[in-house]
Order: sequence, then structure tokens, then C-alpha cells
Amino acid sequence: MLIGALLMLALATPVAKAVEPDEVLQDKALEARARHISEGLRCLVCQNQSIDDSAAPLAKDLRVLVRERLKAGDTDQQIEDFVVARYGEFVLLKPRFEPHTFLLWFATPAVFVIALLIVIFAYRRRAALESATTALDDAEESRLKHLLEDR
Amino acid sequence: MIAETGHYALILALAVAIVQTILPIWGARVRDPQLMAVAVPAAQLQFLLIAISFAALMTAYVTSDFSLENVWANSHSAKPLIYKIAGVWGNHEGSMVLWVLILALFGAAVATFGTNLPRELQANVLGVQGSIAAAFLLFIVTTSNPFTRLDPAPLDGQGLNPVLQDPALAFHPPFLYTGYVGFSMAFSFAVAALIDGRIDAAWARWVRPWTLAAWMCLTLGIAMGSWWAYYELGWGGFWFWDPVENASFMPWLAGTALLHSALVMEKRDALKVWTILLAIITFSLSLMGTFLVRSGVLTSVHAFAVDPARGIFILALMGIFIGGALTLFAVRAPMLAQGGLFAPISREGSLVLNNLLLTTACAAVFVGTLYPLALESLTGEKISVGAPFFNFAFVPLIVPLLVAVPFGPMLAWKRGDLVAAWQRLTAAAALALIAVVAVLAWQQRGPWLAPFGIGLGIWLIVGSLSEIAFRVKLIDGAPGEAWRRLGNLPRSAYGTALAHAGLGIVVIGIVATTAWRSESILALKPKDTTEIAGYQLTFEGIAPREGPNYQERVGIFKVTRGGRDVTTLEPSKRAFSVERSSTTEAGIHASWRGDLYAVLGDPLKDGSYSVRLYFNPLVRLIWLGAVVMFIGGALSLSDRRLRVGAPKRAKALGQSLAAAE
Repeated sequence: MLIGALLMLALATPVAKAVEPDEVLQDKALEARARHISEGLRCLVCQNQSIDDSAAPLAKDLRVLVRERLKAGDTDQQIEDFVVARYGEFVLLKPRFEPHTFLLWFATPAVFVIALLIVIFAYRRRAALESATTALDDAEESRLKHLLEDR
Repeated sequence: MIAETGHYALILALAVAIVQTILPIWGARVRDPQLMAVAVPAAQLQFLLIAISFAALMTAYVTSDFSLENVWANSHSAKPLIYKIAGVWGNHEGSMVLWVLILALFGAAVATFGTNLPRELQANVLGVQGSIAAAFLLFIVTTSNPFTRLDPAPLDGQGLNPVLQDPALAFHPPFLYTGYVGFSMAFSFAVAALIDGRIDAAWARWVRPWTLAAWMCLTLGIAMGSWWAYYELGWGGFWFWDPVENASFMPWLAGTALLHSALVMEKRDALKVWTILLAIITFSLSLMGTFLVRSGVLTSVHAFAVDPARGIFILALMGIFIGGALTLFAVRAPMLAQGGLFAPISREGSLVLNNLLLTTACAAVFVGTLYPLALESLTGEKISVGAPFFNFAFVPLIVPLLVAVPFGPMLAWKRGDLVAAWQRLTAAAALALIAVVAVLAWQQRGPWLAPFGIGLGIWLIVGSLSEIAFRVKLIDGAPGEAWRRLGNLPRSAYGTALAHAGLGIVVIGIVATTAWRSESILALKPKDTTEIAGYQLTFEGIAPREGPNYQERVGIFKVTRGGRDVTTLEPSKRAFSVERSSTTEAGIHASWRGDLYAVLGDPLKDGSYSVRLYFNPLVRLIWLGAVVMFIGGALSLSDRRLRVGAPKRAKALGQSLAAAE
């Protein structure tokens, strides 16, 4: 929790949270795909829950719909398109990469790059400043050497 | 009468807060000691008044005084006492009073214990603190008065949302708010330093304990919220990337960065400008968290108060404080002198990396949380940003950070030696590698990345403890030497090691439960038997039961393992008659391997019940790790306090020795 759902993206095994016994498909591979798709679809009448998490009747309808399309032989992409065509892009928990979401997708890398540039720039400026003010000239160097040798 | 006293005390507190804002800051400007001296008694008085007000509200709740609209709307005479008390902050008005109470508590603490602060700094800090209090008190008094009377008084109340009637959630808000509001100290110190135009290492030494205390409370508060969601929301998830969770997570990320950058400032007098900016950002995010939750702009399972008028008020407050602080920053920051120089490979360098990644991660959460709101208000287009986006954006930033964590404390200040640090971490790397190989061999199912996640956790734990091992010369020192050094090590070293190790524990918990959770969804009739993760469960049937303010339907599951009785799980559905809603209570059996988690669903047509069973391996490590982090913070904090008082004590000791001679 504290560091978020770390690695969840790479690690998640499909787990049904609201799926009911009668919905589960016999075909395990198909059921796994159904779960995967369900986790990315928003329950439209809920607040920030996927249809996989939600016990709402509408979420159930959508889960059944997804499974019906899977049985009919649709690909994951076809099902996503079908649901989006019906309910709009609001239904997707991970927005598509389109002009109106460019900012969303690019913001984080942009912040990282800008912050990195600031760090590098600040460091180089400081280093230059420091060497300009603290570097010893030849006379000082020889005097320092002299002092050190004296000890 | 008690309620009117509370209301009156709140208004008086507002007046005091206004005085506390104006006189000390003006006094610090014209260098008038008498005006500055107003700050201390004002801060103490303000706290006293708000405490009176809070106590009055608490009394109304405990005695079920339904002539108060707020009590009527959020309480009920049949509610257990603990939830009558928790009901005070289980609603908008009461939680805002708690907010200002904690704010005033921090202010009073600086007034009372900050006697060795420079006078101008203390006056400015308390002045800024007073201005925040004044703004929020004005907000409460004008838009969110908890003391409004009803006439005639209703016979009984409407009750508290049943999902809030839970021990973890009862104490979740006070911790969360202490965290949020605690960052106001860092903010006030930052703004005070900007007003004054001066800042030094002593400033950081003052700010760090407050920030640390706030961070600890926020850590625990978030963990409690996650723990609550785990068992209350009914499927064992522990983090949902819900906007309200994000609202508390962003200040946590920024606050963690602030803790580390303040360290650089204290020890090396560097990163001053950045630390000031980070202090402003952290509290701004806390304000934003308050705004998001309290205004109801987000559609979220947690948003209980939905009132746009209040939202605009808080938005205006945010604008004034954040905008004002940033403007002041822009004007004054260039005047702040730069401190010590350091090589890229050094303790400072590692802490800069920490800040870079944490800040970017925080930005990722920020964008994901606010983008849908911004897009909708600008173009009317509605999109959702949920868990899949956040995992995608957040994980790639946080994993490199976690890999880098053990290196930080191993590097020397100013100029570090990466090769030497790596050599000291050989043991950690070897153990992590062994863990990866062992888990790969053991794992029958689950993604191939999971063993590396476990390895990362081991790396963090062993790497953090290695630091202690080397500092006490556990390996190459004389026998007994290590023991002596162990006692001499400053507590903050243990604090750092524990906090970082706690992070590793959290990582292992998250990875294990996400990768290897098992589940079983079935329809069970009484006397049916099923199996999950090595446990045999027998469904004994359904029993009705009566709670203090609810009726429940309990499913009885006998659990055995290898023929031996383990436990009886009793998941239930509770129906709250007053509130006319129900909650799902999971039945959980905890063991060191993980949690067996049962949820009772609805009855099906053929007399069976829909039942969901989960086994969540090592899931407790997530919260255990958070507690370890909290303890690490506490250890570090106890060290700080000793050190702040140390010069005085040494001097006193010297005098008494001199007197003895």
C-alpha cells in the first residue's frame, strides 16, 4: 500500500472480486481473459471500481456481456471496442493514447526529464561557481606547498 | 448550553487566530519584542479554545444530544460508545473541527517547547500557523458550523454510515489528519524563513522532527485505511488507487522526499531552496487532499460530504495559501545563500536521486488523479483514470528507487565511493539472489517477475541492516567491540535502517499477495466441503445473530488442515436498520503463511449460498512493514529530541561537576 500497488502491473494474477459462481466460464483460458478485460472496465454506476470489483447489477450485466462476446469468439480488442462504442471512453480505466490524453501520458516523463535537467544544470552551475571562487592561483599553490612541507 | 459554549469558543478562537497572525509577523518586521511576544500566549489560548469547542461537540455526541443538527444527522442513541466518539469526526463539520484542533495543537507545541528558537523565527512561524487556523476557522464558522440547533429536537438520530462503524476507521482520520496538518509546521517554517529572508542548518534541525512526526502519523493513517479496505470492502484488496487514497498518498510521497532533503540541509547546509519549495509543496498537497475529500469534486467511495459551496471556499483558501507561498518563494528564494558542494556520487547525491524519483512519482499520481477533472471541466469529455494507469506510471519510477535505497546510507557525505558501498552490500545482494533462485524453483504458478520482487524486498531488508552491521564492525571488529558500538550508535541510524527495512517488508507483502493469491468462487449448500490453499472448509450453515445496532446473517465455516481443526470462520452480512444499509464482514484467519479470507454472498435460488474464498499469502507483511516504518521514525525522533536538548544538558553537567570540585 505505502508504495502503492508495486509491481502489480507485472505481477497481477487475475482474481475475481465480485464475480458470481454462475458467471464463471468453464474454459479456464477464456475465463482468465474475461477477468483481465473486466479489470480494465469501469463500473459505470459505481465510484471508481472496476466491474470485476463491483457487486452492482450493471457491473454484473457487463461481466456477462464480456463473457458472451468471448464465447462468440471476439478478440480482447474487439470486446473493448464494442464496450467503448456502447458506453463511451469513460468505461476504460486506462485511457487510450489519443490527442486528448497526450498530456496525461506525457506529463510524468516530462516532469522526470525536466527535473533531471534542473538537477544537472544546478550541479554544473554550482561546480563552476565553486571552482571560480575557491581555486587557488599559482602563488597560493606554492605557498600552500611551502606551508605543508614546513610541517 | 454546552453546544453554545462550544460555538462561542470557536468564534473566539477565530478572533485569537487573527490576532496571532497579524501582531507577531508585524512585530518581527519592526523588531518589536512585545508584539512578537503575543505569539506564544495567543497560540496556547487558541488551542485551549478549540479544545473547549471540540470537547463540547464530543459531549453532544456522547450524550446523544439530537437537538444539534450535526449529531442528529450522524449519530444514533443505539450506537456503541466508541462509534459515538468516532462519529465526531465521521462527518464533514466535525472532521474540520478535528483538523483545526490538531493544527492548534502543533502551534501550541511550538509556542510551548520552542523557547530556544530565534525570536523572529518563532513569531513568524506562529503567525503563519495562525493564519492557516484563521482561514479554516472562518470556513467552519461560516459554512460548516457543527453547533447548529434543531427545533424541535428529533427523538433519535439518523445514524452513522455503517461502513464507518469499524475500529480501524474510527482512528484512521485522527492519524491521517495529524499527518496532513503536521506538514503545516514545515510550511509555516518555510514561509517564516522566506519572510525573514534567512535560513540555516538550525532551521532544518527544527523542521525535521515535526516533519518526521507528521510523516509517521500519515504512514500509520494510510496503513489503517488500507487495512480497513482490506477486510471491509469484501475482496481483500489493499490499495485501489482511489482518488481519496491518492489524496493522502501524494503528501506522503512529497513528505518522504522532504524528510530526506531536510536531512541534507541539516547535515550539509545544501539543497536549501529545494527544501523550502518541497515544504510548501507537501503542505499544499495536504490542503489539496482536504479539498478533494471535503468538496466532493471527486466521485469516490470515500467522499461523504458533497457540497460545492464549501468546495469553492476551500479552493479559494488553497489558492491564497499556495499562491501566496509560491509568490513569496519566487521573490525571496534567490536571496537564500547556497550551501555545501558535493560530488554526484555521495550521500547528498543519493538523496537528490531519492527526491527526483519521489517527486516524479508524486507528479504521476497527481496528474492521474486530477487529469479527468481538468479534462471534464475544460472540454466536457469524461474519461476514467484507474488502477491500470497508475500501476503503469508509478511502478517504473519506484522500483529503481527501491533498488537504490540501500546504497544511500552506505555512501559518505560530500564524496562517496560506489565500489566500496557495493562491496558492503555483497551479503545483501547474495541473499537477494538466493531468494530469487529459491522462489523461482519453488514457484509453480504465478508470473516470472514475482521472484525478482521478493528478491527486491530481501535486498532492501538485508541491505538496510548491513549498514548497522558495518557501523558496529560486526564482521571485522574485535569480539565485544560490536556490542559496545551497538549501544553507542545514534538512534537515528537504527531509525533509518528500520524504516528502510520496513519498506522491504511491505514490498514482499505486496508482491507475494499479488502474485500468489488463490481464489475460489462457488455456490455452497450447508454441509458442503471445499478446499483452498491446503485448508479444508465445511460450510455448516447460516446463523442469524443480533449485534448492538444491527442484525447479521453469519455463515459458519469449519476449517481444518491436514485433519486438524484450525478455526471456524464466520463471514457475515450485517443489516443496519437505522441507517437502512448493510455491510459485508469478511471471515479472516491469519497465519504466518497468509490470510484465509472468506466472504459470504447472497442466497441463490436452489438454497445454496454464493461464497468467495481467498488465500492471500504474506499479506500481513504490508501493514507490518508500515508499523516497522513507524517504529523506525519513532526511534529517529527520540534521537532528535535528545540531541536538541543535549547541549543544555552537557552544560548543566559541566556546571555541576565544576561545583563538585
